[in-house]
Amino acid sequence: MLVLNRNFFLSLIASTAVFSASAAVADPTLSIMSFGGAYQSAQRKAVFDAFTAKTGDKVVEQEYGGEIAKIKAMVDSGNTTLDVIDVDAPTLQQGCDEGIFETLDWSKIGSQSEWLPGTSSECGVGTVVYATVLAYDAAKTKDGPTKITDLFDTQKFPGKRGLWKNPATNLEFALMADGVAPADVYKVLETPAGVDRAFKKLDTIKKDIVWWEAGAQAPQVLASGEVAMTTAWNGRIFNANKEGRQFKIVWDHEILDSDLWVIPKGAKHVDASLAFIKFAVEPQTLADMTKFIPYGPVRTTAAAFVQPDIATSLPTSPQNMTGAITLNNAFWGDKGDEIRKRFTTWLAQ
Amino acid sequence: MTLALPHAGTAPSVKRAVRRADRPARRAAFLLSLPLLAFLAIAFVVPIAALFTTAVDNPETRSVLPDTLRALAAEPSAAVPGEPVFAELAHDLARAGKARTAALLGKRLNYEIPGMRSIVMAGSRLAAASSQGPWRQKFCDSDPAWGDPALWAAIRRNGARLTPYYMLTAVDLQQTPSGGLAPVAPEQRIFLDILGRTLLVAATVTLLTLFLGYPVAYALTLAPPLLGAIMMLCILLPLWTSLLVRTTAWVVLLQSNGIINDLLIGMGLISKRLQLIFTRFGTVAAMTHIQLPFTILPIASVMRTIPVAQLRAARSLGAPPMSAFWRIYVPQTLPGVMAGCLITFILSLGYYITPALVGGPTDQMVSNFISVYINRDLNWGLASALGVVLLAVTLLIYGLFLRIVGADKLRLG
Amino acid sequence: MNAPHTLPAPPKPGSPEAIADATSFVRFERVRKSYDGIHFVVEDLNLAVRKGEFLTMLGPSGSGKTTSLMMLGGFEEPTFGHIFLGDEPVERLAPEKRNIGFVFQSYALFPHMTVAENVAFPLRYRGIKGTAAADKVAKALGMVHLGHLAARKPCQMSGGQQQRVALARALVFDPTLVLMDEPLGALDKQLREHMQVEIKQLQRMLGITMVYVTHDQSEALTMSDRIAVFNDGRVQQLAAPEMLYEQPANSFVAGFIGENNLMPATVDATEGGIATLTMGDGSRLQAPNPAGVAVGAKARLAIRPERFFIQVGDARGPLNILRGPITDMFYLGDHVRLSVAVGGDKPVVARIPVSQRRPFARGETVTLGCAVTDCRLLEG
Repeated sequence: MLVLNRNFFLSLIASTAVFSASAAVADPTLSIMSFGGAYQSAQRKAVFDAFTAKTGDKVVEQEYGGEIAKIKAMVDSGNTTLDVIDVDAPTLQQGCDEGIFETLDWSKIGSQSEWLPGTSSECGVGTVVYATVLAYDAAKTKDGPTKITDLFDTQKFPGKRGLWKNPATNLEFALMADGVAPADVYKVLETPAGVDRAFKKLDTIKKDIVWWEAGAQAPQVLASGEVAMTTAWNGRIFNANKEGRQFKIVWDHEILDSDLWVIPKGAKHVDASLAFIKFAVEPQTLADMTKFIPYGPVRTTAAAFVQPDIATSLPTSPQNMTGAITLNNAFWGDKGDEIRKRFTTWLAQ
Repeated sequence: MTLALPHAGTAPSVKRAVRRADRPARRAAFLLSLPLLAFLAIAFVVPIAALFTTAVDNPETRSVLPDTLRALAAEPSAAVPGEPVFAELAHDLARAGKARTAALLGKRLNYEIPGMRSIVMAGSRLAAASSQGPWRQKFCDSDPAWGDPALWAAIRRNGARLTPYYMLTAVDLQQTPSGGLAPVAPEQRIFLDILGRTLLVAATVTLLTLFLGYPVAYALTLAPPLLGAIMMLCILLPLWTSLLVRTTAWVVLLQSNGIINDLLIGMGLISKRLQLIFTRFGTVAAMTHIQLPFTILPIASVMRTIPVAQLRAARSLGAPPMSAFWRIYVPQTLPGVMAGCLITFILSLGYYITPALVGGPTDQMVSNFISVYINRDLNWGLASALGVVLLAVTLLIYGLFLRIVGADKLRLG
Repeated sequence: MNAPHTLPAPPKPGSPEAIADATSFVRFERVRKSYDGIHFVVEDLNLAVRKGEFLTMLGPSGSGKTTSLMMLGGFEEPTFGHIFLGDEPVERLAPEKRNIGFVFQSYALFPHMTVAENVAFPLRYRGIKGTAAADKVAKALGMVHLGHLAARKPCQMSGGQQQRVALARALVFDPTLVLMDEPLGALDKQLREHMQVEIKQLQRMLGITMVYVTHDQSEALTMSDRIAVFNDGRVQQLAAPEMLYEQPANSFVAGFIGENNLMPATVDATEGGIATLTMGDGSRLQAPNPAGVAVGAKARLAIRPERFFIQVGDARGPLNILRGPITDMFYLGDHVRLSVAVGGDKPVVARIPVSQRRPFARGETVTLGCAVTDCRLLEG
């Protein structure tokens, strides 16, 4: 008899994971969970505080590391204590498919057509776009790389390269550097030959790669001189520069991905939560966010509200979008596990 | 109850009477330990039982496609079933789409056939959109995969309540269509390698902590009280800082422009900076540092129980200092050595943050994959199966260990 | 004021002159030991051990006896002075090169080895292997009546048995010298007395030289050929048990060995080795003066309790007479123990055999007699 199924696990985790969240009791108080750090602090300044000032509804903040297991555990336990959660795109897709998130009434938010392609769904409302980009330290390298092909050109740019220890983004960069048109990247990757081609391209610089795993490591290896250039999340580079670094982003063939607002299944204050999301994705609110962190607004109508000097450092600015693609989370949902295993064996070869 | 006096001179009956007289005390002792037993049951036995069941539990296909499976059973020999099965499939998928359970099935089948997630989701949308057959035609037109015997074999296979899939995958095996076992494709063979490297790193770290820690433990026992207290503080101090902080400290030490390289270059020992970080060396060095106290403490506490007279006796009997140390002192520290090494070895099996931050490309450990499968992929079956394999290997090593050195040789002080 | 010496002082016991002995086998010469460079645990130790003798170092704890033994065993180095084993100075020699058997207070058996392996341990370093070793082990274990327990581990044995194993291990390699550091301290009284006899018999049978450390004087008296009484880092007296008892060299020895009445006295005159004394209460007594205490000097009169008798009628021969009321009394089967207030600061203790007289009454005045030759005058 399988009396001990995964629900048992889930409720075990749930009882600990969201224990603190149950402190939020007063009715107009919204419990909101995001990724913490500089990102959440930008949200606090641009969104949470402004929302409370405008509506009087209080916001209680939670932080997490993006673990969908935590959300699933809470929902499965039947006691959803969070109202709104900021999730990344793979989490949105998985949670939406599996019914962990509520279906949203878009009429209470706005016209879905104003969102960049792939940054909205029946469960989630896109909030920012961030990019995986190539970056280098201008303090150490005067004539740095300018194109994604330079990542693979160890003749012209000797030295180690930092790459995320994950096949996602790397296979895409490899194919684009190998001449595949941005629009065709996933069409090529769908085929076994395409995956082979991407790995073959990575082979050419394999011995020069320093693999990083945590997002904070990318600026760290760049700052310490461990690598000549590295791929990184653009927000991390921005933050390092705020601390005095002179890192430069190579705005060529960036890979975009988005964060989205969702309401977990069984949330207690759906109307207030929808009101919050509507406020959080107002063009002006999104534009305010960019003052604190260089993540692009996902709503096309917000572009007009962004200060011009800030606009140049956003991944969504037209001049930064050369050859840009959006990470295909459906592809990685289908093939991710298989390709990750191959990636692991490839690393060990 | 009357207490019969035992017949004098018959030892067994005396023993029995004594045991009977002790019974209330034993019962009280047992009652006192009940809270702990209950705690152990909840915190230890139940989760491990859950781990084992999760590793073989297979509810997705049965719960999402109950009618399809029933119809399939009526066509036991069909590689690709006929219209009745497809009609039930449409019915099941439409219902699953409404209940948002189609993704569960898609994810489950996707483990065995990459791409099935999308196929099932599309199938569910198709079933919801049309009200009428012919379903076989419609499904196969929308995606030829529905006509693939491999897909239907997977569905049939997963109609079972239990599945060997996770356990087999955790050891790089798969079921062949004929029901036999075969290794998975070479580029998918990762878990045995990873298990091997996890064991290797754990063993290396254990030996290093022993070589570095044993003399320290010995010095600790010989040191006068004040110096001993200071040494003990230095040994324990790293335990008061978080794992992440200690690992980050190693990043600073090991990186190419870091302190160790600066020192070596400054002393003129090397001319080209060494790659220390992002290597196996980095992993082992950082883990050894973190694990040292766990090895030292049991050894030191056993050493403290060995009287000075032991070594003196050996010397007086004719043993030179080194011989006395090896023949008399070292064997008596073995219980502590065994305990310390076992603790370090088992703890080392669970590392993944440290290898991720200072390790090389081949330093991903089993626990790293367990964490990814639990937190990101929600593939708890495979995570549990990997946990079961790790647990089994650990128990095996522990068993061998006890077999070789004897359970009485394990002592913490 | 110092009185002039009327007699040449005899050599002090333990001085180098006193130990210049042709038969000496182990010699401590002006050995001093300090751990901190300020306090000396052993002060000027001069001591000779004769070949084949059983010598006990006796003294209270902290008197330096164990440190002396450890220096002889090679586990401590003298700060000054020399130790000779035969004619060879050994104070810098490693313990394993001294060929000395050592029995420790805690036995120090090796817990991971069987009894036989323990006993065979010293043989491996002497190149004795195979059947030769097995024979020696069997013989040594037979000697201590443990041949049947050779395969046991030490932890499976009683304290007494472990002690015997330690003994066998210290004897098996025919050492030139066996040292024992309070080896019977952990045993109960009966077993201890039994082992005392057994160790003594073994020592006599094998003719080995033994140096034994204890703080138990009855043990020392039972076993020793000679006893070195230690106090404050010095040997107070080195003599045979009887000598120590009958002719203690000083007040410490007199008080430490057996029971003694030590009464303060002043020397009035000394003639023919017999001194006339004035006691605290003004009474006058006589005593032999072998230490040559000068006239006018403060001294102590030592009288053993069992040397008193109840004096009836007139004194015959040279007797000392003490009178006083009984303040306390205990009946002890073979004798009665009396406390008699004879006028000093403390009552004297007398042991009167029950065959001589009983009963006594508390408060009764008794006359205690004691032959002058049973008294002894000591420097005070």
